[in-house]
Amino acid sequence: MRILNASGCLDALAAPEVAKQLDAFVTKTVTPLPREGSAPPRIAETAHGMLNAIGLANPGRERFLAEHLPRLHDLGVPVWVSVGGFCADDYAESCSSLAGIEAIELNLSCPNVDEAADSAAEIVAVCRQATELPLYAKLSAAHPDVAEVARAVAAAGADGLSLINTLRATALDRKLRPVLARGSGGLSGPALKPVALHAVSVCHEATGLPIVGMGGIQTGQDALEFATCGATDVALGTVLFADPGAPARARAELAAACVDAGVVTPEDARSLAKSPETERKVPA
Amino acid sequence: MPSSGSPSRLRVTGTERVGPYTLLRLERGDLESGVPGQFFMLEAPGRLLPRPFSLCLAPSSELAFLVDPIGPGTEALCRLQAGDEIGVLGPLGNGYRLDVERPLLAGGGIGIAPLPYLAEQLGGSPPVVLGFRNAECAEVAALLPGADVVVDPVFVTELIEPGFDVLACGPEPMLHAVAALCPTAQLAWEAPMACGYGACYGCVVEIDSALKRLCLEGPVLDAARVRARAEAVA
Repeated sequence: MRILNASGCLDALAAPEVAKQLDAFVTKTVTPLPREGSAPPRIAETAHGMLNAIGLANPGRERFLAEHLPRLHDLGVPVWVSVGGFCADDYAESCSSLAGIEAIELNLSCPNVDEAADSAAEIVAVCRQATELPLYAKLSAAHPDVAEVARAVAAAGADGLSLINTLRATALDRKLRPVLARGSGGLSGPALKPVALHAVSVCHEATGLPIVGMGGIQTGQDALEFATCGATDVALGTVLFADPGAPARARAELAAACVDAGVVTPEDARSLAKSPETERKVPA
Repeated sequence: MPSSGSPSRLRVTGTERVGPYTLLRLERGDLESGVPGQFFMLEAPGRLLPRPFSLCLAPSSELAFLVDPIGPGTEALCRLQAGDEIGVLGPLGNGYRLDVERPLLAGGGIGIAPLPYLAEQLGGSPPVVLGFRNAECAEVAALLPGADVVVDPVFVTELIEPGFDVLACGPEPMLHAVAALCPTAQLAWEAPMACGYGACYGCVVEIDSALKRLCLEGPVLDAARVRARAEAVA
């Protein structure tokens, strides 16, 4: 089980020693044109979570490819590039411009921009034509049936799934005004974990695709729960803000959690979900 | 940079009430005290995210932070007791340049926080001017004996005379006023931060006419870098 960062939760060039703890670094989402992002305030702490409305701030594809990606390669950590856009062609053009990276994650579910008009499956299908690199589709659990979306993107050629993105949410301050300038943002942190575990479980059952599980992972035990529900890898997001040593810590905790659970590797934990004793506890 | 590992666990050595604020003293552990104006991320007990604080005092083997209880995280920090432990990351960001000829320190409210350590590091008892919204808040001026102090409705900018290299910290309207008065001033800004090391992109402010992360660019900035913003506000 690899430990990655959730897209947008780490700047590897600003904090290379954190990125070097990861099995792969996932970039902040890259869009065709530069975006300054949302006006501040952009973040708010909530009960057991936080909201962000960064708004896909990024240097744009051209500058990313020319200036950022070469420096990321210099870190010696495998790179995944998160790709975003506002129509299927945006995504496809970015995919065709990428080479020499480990995988592409298609951000099909940012809660802080208006949704692309094209469906997730349509975007995956055109990206599949544009690149031979592994394509991971990052989906939102806000869809009424995320397993149905997972089946559709699998049929369109996705190699894996990233589950889940933040959930659109609002927080008010003591004067009953929205804390975020944008009004709403994406909810992350421990509040999200039960939602993410369920999405991973049903999408694993629906597709059998490799899954990067994420959403509120704080500890190695949390990571093992994601493995039990069908995640092949995990990504750390909000926990990195409070603990830049979280990847190394979670890796050590995961090894200890496997011993406690009586499994040799995290992958073996999946069998726990199918055993007679526990099958009723994990939805499928 | 100090973000390669988990935060250091530091023991609380004591807390003191100073007016409405709390001076939180921690064992220094393996952390450097850094440059005045740099900041540390302090774990807020029971909360998901740490909170940023500039270093107030650096007595031998201790780090001390001035906390204004304005919400659940800062209130939890004020409730800490000697012997408790919290995670601390830092020093982070860019502090004040100390190579100034005629320093004048200007603080507003809780913005007094970095000035005691700044005065100590500058040496030579630099002049200090402080402004507060009321007499209770002004009690914290005791951290800087000899400072000139005013209370609302008098503004601290009325105490700033020409010819000084101003190093200031305080609320945004005060910093804009100082920038207009002293274009060469160094100003310590604040913004909500989740991480303090460039990961969350939450703390952007308009710097050099573009949204940039305050944790990496600042928190201390030359006044000229925020001039466009000051004019926009005015």
